[in-house]
Amino acid sequence: MKFVAVIRQVPDGESRLKVQGGRVDLSGATLILDQMDEYAVEEALRLKEKHGGEAVVVGFGPERTEEAIRTALAMGMDRGVHVVYEGYADPVTAAEALAPVLREEAPSLILTGGQQADWDSQALGGALAEALGVPVVAWTTVLELEGATAKAKHDLDEGAEWVRVPLPAVFTTQQGLNEPRYPTLPGIMKAKKKEIKKVAFAGNPRVEILEEGIQEKARLGKVLDGKDPVQAAEELVRLLHEEAKVI
Amino acid sequence: MVLVVLDHDGSKLRKASLEALTRARQLAEALGEKVAGVLLAEGPAPVEEARGYVEVLYVAELGPYTAEKWAAALLEAAKGGAKAIVAPSSRQSRTYLGRVAYALKAGLLEDTLESAAEGGMVHATRYAYLNRVTQRQRAPLPVVLTVKANTTPLAEPLGTQGEVVPLAVPPVPTVEILERVQEERKGVSLAEANVVVTGGRGMGSPEAFKGVEELAALLGGAVGATRAVVDAGWRPYAEQVGQTGKTVQPSLYIALGVSGAVQHLAGMNKSKFIVAVNKDPEAPIFKHADYGIVGDVHQVLPALIQAVKRLKD
Ligand SMILES: Cc1cc2nc3c(=O)[nH]c(=O)nc-3n(C[C@H](O)[C@H](O)[C@H](O)COP(=O)(O)OP(=O)(O)OC[C@H]3O[C@@H](n4cnc5c(N)ncnc54)[C@H](O)[C@@H]3O)c2cc1C
Repeated sequence: MKFVAVIRQVPDGESRLKVQGGRVDLSGATLILDQMDEYAVEEALRLKEKHGGEAVVVGFGPERTEEAIRTALAMGMDRGVHVVYEGYADPVTAAEALAPVLREEAPSLILTGGQQADWDSQALGGALAEALGVPVVAWTTVLELEGATAKAKHDLDEGAEWVRVPLPAVFTTQQGLNEPRYPTLPGIMKAKKKEIKKVAFAGNPRVEILEEGIQEKARLGKVLDGKDPVQAAEELVRLLHEEAKVI
Repeated sequence: MVLVVLDHDGSKLRKASLEALTRARQLAEALGEKVAGVLLAEGPAPVEEARGYVEVLYVAELGPYTAEKWAAALLEAAKGGAKAIVAPSSRQSRTYLGRVAYALKAGLLEDTLESAAEGGMVHATRYAYLNRVTQRQRAPLPVVLTVKANTTPLAEPLGTQGEVVPLAVPPVPTVEILERVQEERKGVSLAEANVVVTGGRGMGSPEAFKGVEELAALLGGAVGATRAVVDAGWRPYAEQVGQTGKTVQPSLYIALGVSGAVQHLAGMNKSKFIVAVNKDPEAPIFKHADYGIVGDVHQVLPALIQAVKRLKD
């Protein structure tokens, strides 16, 4: 069987963002394999370990994305494909770029993160599934293979459900599905020799970003000492009532 | 035509649908188009209520939700040539609309705060980078657009009764649903609450959430939880706030024993006022708080409940 994890490289949520000329400038940010996609990589590795076959990482994005592909290879993925594309891509454009590669790879299962930590899109899984004409299971928390089908538990807006799905299918991943492993030193050494095939993509995004601005609301930061909890609670309630006027 | 997806609970339209309707009407007016509603239902649906808001109402009874069936029904409704499809933003809509946008080769504008049509383009604003950045986007027609909850005034009924058109949806390969795990909903819903009281791992035990529930009830608010608490099985997933949970934007957000991880902040950092109680003065949550108490939540929470009760008397 073949298991594919589709990944991107994004800024670490903890790193500071700045804006230059109305656009987010990532030059000073720490860039990482999107943590949501990390669950996809980990799940592909576990499925391969259990059922045999091949685990392939497919990265989408600019040249620097190769670092994130190497991270996945160091975690244990067998080989990589890099669909090289500069700039912002909406999920439909990204799916158009990825679909030919995925069709050629013809995996049993495609995994990708439930939400992108940079563009906050949740739609890549659905768009990929449509591009390939297969079902999508979003926000997966349990995944088990049963021959030519998979059984999965996934979250809905209210509650969750167990489903059975014919393969191939797309699954979007999230926290709770597994605990991603860290790359080991031997893993990092081996990753250097693993193949990354480059594929160019020259499509035009349908959605264009016109302007971006940092939206960190200035907070009041009034912190009270709770050594005397009763007095601190009284003061907090007074502030919420008289100053903030929210209770 | 502008299509608007009307979410409902089986007996009435959700508030979010009335927000989506307002946006759909704005786009339709600017584009010189009509608004048609789409009511996708597992079983019973509020057809009578919904037809009061639109001139044409497409209705499809599809059985339990799957992304494939919902997408197929919408594509069927869009066959008449939809210039735009508008839907309330939800985790489910953001999945099946990924399918729809791809099939129509349309620009997808997700979780928008505002939108407007201008010169064949639809402009929208939204948050990005885990809710830390505001983005202005634009896409040519056709577009698929989701509306973030609590951003838009609610639409009024038209005072006429729209024509009901049943949709014949071709069968599609999809997932088979084996078992639904329903979560009981108590009190005010998280998405609509004006006050949210969230407990984190610092609460120490599921029993300690009695206090969280009591404070939330006193303030007329809803209970939230962090992922750590949900993973520990202390609270249901429906209460989770954050990147993989719900996004909330109440007037008052109270975080009790919550560290303030970025993935949690992503779900609440737009709240008007943020209050934090944590025993660690270095906890990141304090950097994002308007008011805070450094102290043991087991002492501070009962004192807070008493103080709110005194204020109310
Ligand atoms: C891809 C991804 C998605 C995620 N999505 C989400 C999400 O949607 N929502 C979410 O919440 N998390 C999410 N997380 C997890 C997130 O990173 C944190 O692990 C989580 O938010 C921590 O929860 P917590 O604050 O309850 O627990 P902790 O980080 O363990 O913090 C507990 C806090 O309680 C304080 N404390 C302990 N005892 C007391 C006491 N007696 N009195 C007062 N304070 C006390 C401690 O000082 C500490 O600050 C996600 C992570 C990833 C990687």
